[in-house]
Amino acid sequence: MTRVREHPPPPGAAPRASASRARPALRHRLAERGVDRTLLLLAPGAVFLVLLFCYPFLYGLQLSFQPQRGGGALANYRAFFGDPYLRETVWITLGLAVPVALVNCLAAVPVAFRTRGPFRGRRLITTLLVMPITLGTVLTAQGLLGYLGPGGWLNKTLLATGITDTPLELVHNYWGVFASLVITGFPFSYLLTLSYLTGIDPGLEQAAATLGASKRQRFRHVTLPLLAPGLAVTFCLSFVLAFAVFPSAQLVGDPRGETHVISIEAYQAAFQKFDYSLGSAIAMVMAAVMTAVVLVVLAWRSMLYRGATGGKG
Amino acid sequence: MMSRFSTLGLDRVSRDFGGHTALEELTLDIAGGEFVALLGPSGCGKSTALNCLAGLLPLTGGAILLDGERIDSIAPERRGFGMVFQNYALFPHLTVRGNVAFGLKMARVPKADIVRRTDRALETVQLTGHAHRRPGQLSGGQQQRVAIARAIVLEPRLVLMDEPLSNLDASLRLEMRTEIRRLHQSLGLTTVYVTHDQEEALSLADRLVVLRDGVTQQIGTPGEVYGRPANRYVAAFMGYRNMLDVTVTAARGARLSLDLAGARITGLGRAPLSAGDRAVAALRPEDLEPAADGPARGIPAAVEVVEYHGREFAVQARLGDGRPVHFRTARRPAPGDAVELTADPERVLVFPPDVPAALGASRPGRRPGGSPRLRAVTP
Ligand SMILES: Nc1ncnc2c1ncn2[C@@H]1O[C@H](COP(=O)(O)OP(=O)(O)O)[C@@H](O)[C@H]1O
Ligand SMILES: [Mg+2]
Repeated sequence: MTRVREHPPPPGAAPRASASRARPALRHRLAERGVDRTLLLLAPGAVFLVLLFCYPFLYGLQLSFQPQRGGGALANYRAFFGDPYLRETVWITLGLAVPVALVNCLAAVPVAFRTRGPFRGRRLITTLLVMPITLGTVLTAQGLLGYLGPGGWLNKTLLATGITDTPLELVHNYWGVFASLVITGFPFSYLLTLSYLTGIDPGLEQAAATLGASKRQRFRHVTLPLLAPGLAVTFCLSFVLAFAVFPSAQLVGDPRGETHVISIEAYQAAFQKFDYSLGSAIAMVMAAVMTAVVLVVLAWRSMLYRGATGGKG
Repeated sequence: MMSRFSTLGLDRVSRDFGGHTALEELTLDIAGGEFVALLGPSGCGKSTALNCLAGLLPLTGGAILLDGERIDSIAPERRGFGMVFQNYALFPHLTVRGNVAFGLKMARVPKADIVRRTDRALETVQLTGHAHRRPGQLSGGQQQRVAIARAIVLEPRLVLMDEPLSNLDASLRLEMRTEIRRLHQSLGLTTVYVTHDQEEALSLADRLVVLRDGVTQQIGTPGEVYGRPANRYVAAFMGYRNMLDVTVTAARGARLSLDLAGARITGLGRAPLSAGDRAVAALRPEDLEPAADGPARGIPAAVEVVEYHGREFAVQARLGDGRPVHFRTARRPAPGDAVELTADPERVLVFPPDVPAALGASRPGRRPGGSPRLRAVTP
């Protein structure tokens, strides 16, 4: 992007011409700062962002400060944090989303580690691992109910073989939602982790081996530090996906008790009580909590090495 | 730290990649303290050989013996061999010091010793001032020195180097070459060095192994390989740029009289040849020179292209039948000049015309221990 268009200096413009010779052309100076015509490629994305994210967000934000039932700008927030039943939803949701994101990340590492190199049947295995993405939450919930429910195969088998005498309660509670979120969230964290892992030059581990590092030491001192920033991002995405949990909390959870998550409350406020203002306020609380967690993780990430990992991918 | 050894034996070491033999029966004894270079063009199996030695690649045939004990099933981390990788493979998340100290840390060497030995290694490669930088902030030559320091700080019983200079520019390459030789002399580390650059191999090594398509062509001292290449392939690789088809007219032992498109020259047979045989005469451009004015009896040629090389001119000329011939001369000839070229008979090496089939490129489906094969040619 360092093309210059040569304009012949207009007659009588000698001082300007010599000035522009002393300083590089404006176009050059802009290109030096990354400003050139390829910036236009960002335009569709920027328009999209403004229309579909910034506008609804700002609209919701101002709506949340105009309570339908009056009582001042902060009435909605006071109502939410003043009611223990409502306030509790933040902790319930965090209690689901954080462990789920952790499990997804931690489970993805060994699986991605094992499936990164070329081996026979790799395509089949990755396809199987990624399959749950295509199921969607509702289908997963249905499967879980049919499999883990009181009359599901698992409990039938356990009862028939006499391992237990009462059916295990695996759905319509915390664990049902947990399982559902892991099933739908794992493929994402697996794919992300795999791509971060294949971006690490395998030569680094070989080098570590010739320096006397055992398999464990190689993982601990070479692979893990290079993977950690990627894991932080994977955790954030996993967490955000899980934090917005709604369908599975309704279908395989206990929406009035253990899995009374924050999105249920936002939905009820806006679409059952038709208090859009309160609904917006709850949505803003959700956004704030997610942002806080993501910022904490990213702050930790910024302390890690984040440069090149030498890989080809 | 590591015990020294007296011999490292490679016994018919082979490596196949699904039917393609990358390394075929490499047999070599390396003495403790020796500097051995594996030489050959890209793709001839040099890295394969090195990775087999390091334990990063399992063998598909043969054995590696350290003082008579088999080590080829030992994991790389337990062999105690250091390696300098072609792309350096420095840990990008560690500082220069962290990289150099890595091996010591893994071996749980006491902290004070780590500091002392790391400092000394950094001093050896003259990087003390850069200890706190990350590899990404270093130039190619500096990275390469970190890679060397990282390998030698453990005082490994064997150092393996895979084309460590190939990514450097010409002047730095020369400088680092001297550095590597100096390190070898001062530390006495047994070294196996891989390169595709004959000059590098000749200048560094005590002994050379020339490979082609995974098959050993010649093992010998630099002098032997340079002056007495075992076949025309090694000769071509050693700078014998002129390969002229000739007919043997008379043979007295190794001394052969040759007919080169009507001109008569004498040469040294490098294989049994007798009168009437067709052969190839190998000649370096610098051993071929135009005869001084007068009634010379040389090979007539017509000058075609002249290149200035500083102290001398590199000339391409054509023989009477149109074949190109290369020579060097101190005086600038003009294109179109007729010259008569002469050469010292000792320096005209005569080989049989065709390279044996076993040395050819395609050897499909050969299994270790299968059909008989050509042994390494040692002069
Ligand atoms: N992992 C591999 N899989 C298949 N073929 C390989 C592999 N590694 C090397 N080869 C083949 O083995 C031959 C020798 O390779 P290599 O030892 O890397 O050559 P060099 O280092 O001499 O350039 C080449 O023909 C290469 O294509
Ligand atoms: Mg190589």
